[in-house]
Amino acid sequence: MTWLVPLPVVMPLIGAALTLMMAGRPRAQRTVSLTVLTATVIVSAALLWLTTTGGSMVVTVGGWAAPLGIVLVADQLAALMLVVSATMTVCVLVYSIGQGMADGHEETPLSVYHPTYLVLTAGVTNAFLAGDLFNLYVGFEILLVASYVLLTLGGTENRIRAGITYVVVSLLSSVIFLTAIGLIYAATGTLTMAHLVERLDELPDGLRLMLQGMLLLAFGIKAAVFPLSSWLPDSYPTAPAPVTAVFAGLLTKVGVYAIIRTETLLFPGGRAAVVLLILALLTMVVGILGAVAQSDIKRLLSFTLVSHIGYLLFGVGLTTQLGLSSAIFYVVHHITIQTTLFLATGLIEKRGGSTALDRLGGLARLSPVLAVLFLVPALNLAGIPPFSGFIGKLGLVQAGAADGGVLAWLLIAGGLATSLLTLYAVARVWNLAFWRVPPASAPARSPLPPLMVGSTLALVVLGVGLTVVAGPLFEIGDQAAGGLLERSGYVEAVFGGPR
Amino acid sequence: MTPNLVYVVIVGVLFAAGVAMLLERSLTRVLMGMILLGNGVNLLILLGGKAGAPPIVGAANERDMADPLPQIMILTAIVITLGMTAFLLALAYRSWAMAGHDEVQDDVEDQRIMRLAETDQGSGTEDDR
Repeated sequence: MTWLVPLPVVMPLIGAALTLMMAGRPRAQRTVSLTVLTATVIVSAALLWLTTTGGSMVVTVGGWAAPLGIVLVADQLAALMLVVSATMTVCVLVYSIGQGMADGHEETPLSVYHPTYLVLTAGVTNAFLAGDLFNLYVGFEILLVASYVLLTLGGTENRIRAGITYVVVSLLSSVIFLTAIGLIYAATGTLTMAHLVERLDELPDGLRLMLQGMLLLAFGIKAAVFPLSSWLPDSYPTAPAPVTAVFAGLLTKVGVYAIIRTETLLFPGGRAAVVLLILALLTMVVGILGAVAQSDIKRLLSFTLVSHIGYLLFGVGLTTQLGLSSAIFYVVHHITIQTTLFLATGLIEKRGGSTALDRLGGLARLSPVLAVLFLVPALNLAGIPPFSGFIGKLGLVQAGAADGGVLAWLLIAGGLATSLLTLYAVARVWNLAFWRVPPASAPARSPLPPLMVGSTLALVVLGVGLTVVAGPLFEIGDQAAGGLLERSGYVEAVFGGPR
Repeated sequence: MTPNLVYVVIVGVLFAAGVAMLLERSLTRVLMGMILLGNGVNLLILLGGKAGAPPIVGAANERDMADPLPQIMILTAIVITLGMTAFLLALAYRSWAMAGHDEVQDDVEDQRIMRLAETDQGSGTEDDR
């Protein structure tokens, strides 16, 4: 069944080519995109099932065996990320179709929207499946190039301004990543990760530390880790709602995925653990303090996005199995919830005419459905039991307590404070946008497009459903974390036997 | 390729000049900085592989062949840099068409704090005096 592995990358790319040829025929484009992405979800789910029951799956591209050729590796972590991200892309696509129809401009920049969106998906899946550092770089470039186009869609002045910052910062991180790749190749003569596992061990200590630091720097920019995070709240909010949602859900998490991959597989032993933990604490606290100060929902949510990356780093920095599995669970939760919240914000913008808190009010009375769609994921984000945010944070706190160090306890305290401040931030949105008397300038009553509400509702249900499947999900995360820490399984899968 | 001083110095100069250009406000200069950086990285990758005869089976002794992998990676990197250059140029042009210049604008947050400072309200981040 290994022929399934390349499909999540190949299908969206073919879909992108098809939709590009269908420019000007929106209906056909929509059909193709939806079919392709739904198929990607199904294939990803099959991959998750197969890797859980039968171990990692490897495809050698072009038939060139591993260290010479390029390999695509689907282990449990990659498969789980594929399932979650593909599901998000489908929901956001449905939402954007609903928005396009509702806004009534069926033709305008939409002809490039579908191809670019599919290319973005292909980049994300390629990065998850890459078993080779250079292929990981290519995956990043694919998704970044697509994201540049999506972020500057329509080319309005505001989007160009935000786009410039975003493009330049992303390019810089790519240059750093590429430099690290060049140096790693020069030092070891290979870029296949499974091969690097043994070759990196032979390097002098100082050199290894430098390479690790460079990779961490490159991925830290992509994952928006403080102090490399200030580009994010500045650029994301200007994009159209579905674009912001898919960026917030997926792009930073690809960076986190790359950090998890390199810190466990290539540089085990937790030499960067202290740095990661300190960065995690700063990311959480500084991010959420930024969120508290915002007066626009989109910007506020962007800051919470940065802040909660800190939780993921916390789990990675602990370098224990419980820490890693909690981080993996938290990634799944965070992708789902953050996407949902940005979609709900798009609905708020549609109903209330703005996302600025001082211009909104009384939405709970104007649109009770919208209130539910915002409140449930908002509480989930803040970690109110029994939602999945609570379960993920509980896992992290347990992992921190098991570690028992001063820094770990400090992080637990920081994490709880961040959780509380998140609640304060979303409660402020709730009070100002939903509970006040509606302002006189409130737009006349208009029904929300059913597709937009439907896809957001599906994600809200999915987010709540994470609580229901938390047991099995945590188990998958635990197995994936075990595989990451063990390393030998990954190497054997790639080379087809022990070395 | 055995690291030779000329190449190392060239890589260093390209990186230094690239970073210096990157810190400029004008997007066209940022773009040039990016191109310099990209070329610097490409040369750096080239330094990581062995030099020698063309790596074609039968054309040369296998032991004398050059390492083809860095060259392939550079090709990929060049293509990506080309695409990025085109996109940044388009951004710069669009920025010039919309705003009359191609300068990188201030952060929204910076603008807000500056506005507050001008109206003497304090930014809320420091004690009012």
